[in-house]
Amino acid sequence: MCNQSVGLIASVIEKAGIPTVALSLLREISEKVKPPRTLFVPFPMGYPLGRLGDPDLQTQIVIAGLNLLKESEALPLIKDFSL
Amino acid sequence: MAQINDLTLAHRLFVKAYRFRSYDWAPGASLRTDIRQAKIALITTAALHQLGQPAFDEQLQGGDCSFRELPSDVDVQKLKIAHRSSAFDQTGALQDRNLVFPLDRFRELVSRGLIGALNHRHFSFMGSITAPGKLIAETAPAVARLLVDDQVDGVFLVPA
Repeated sequence: MCNQSVGLIASVIEKAGIPTVALSLLREISEKVKPPRTLFVPFPMGYPLGRLGDPDLQTQIVIAGLNLLKESEALPLIKDFSL
Repeated sequence: MAQINDLTLAHRLFVKAYRFRSYDWAPGASLRTDIRQAKIALITTAALHQLGQPAFDEQLQGGDCSFRELPSDVDVQKLKIAHRSSAFDQTGALQDRNLVFPLDRFRELVSRGLIGALNHRHFSFMGSITAPGKLIAETAPAVARLLVDDQVDGVFLVPA
């Protein structure tokens, strides 16, 4: 249910006027909750930032999310993070 | 990649029957400054909390909608994890909290000048909430008000 909770919290904050981006581990749930900006990450539950011992990958995911944060057209957006 | 079909049978059955909620955020917000000047806050739903803070209530029916403030200078590896969902494999996060709360990575981006600053506080929820009424009506708006008060420019959210 984390993916629903993240999407709902993002939506409430966005409504308050602050742009948000949410990572998602379950695309099907994010497609239902529809927060403004979602970066779908292809990793197992519990590993939204990728892999243990791979800070470079964590940084790549963070930067991809921040790039999505700049988007304000055609929301809601779901982008796929690719390795 | 995580898919609903990878979940345990009990989780799969629950997800198939569950009526997922959404919240009308339209028309959406825009970054009011360049990302290199922006102040960013993080939110995790991995139920992280500091040693001195009460843990999340793992027994509460429908889920614990409360939140914890995490100061920006916190040692992320010392944060506790009080999550109840068996769908959240904590093996990795117990060794590196950045897998669910990448504060160290954000600190590096500030040092590199790729973002302006981090807010002085971040927030943690326990995401396993099946009855999110209070989350939508009370606790998420409370966090939103704090972030507005803090003049945060953008928020990065991480599930577990």
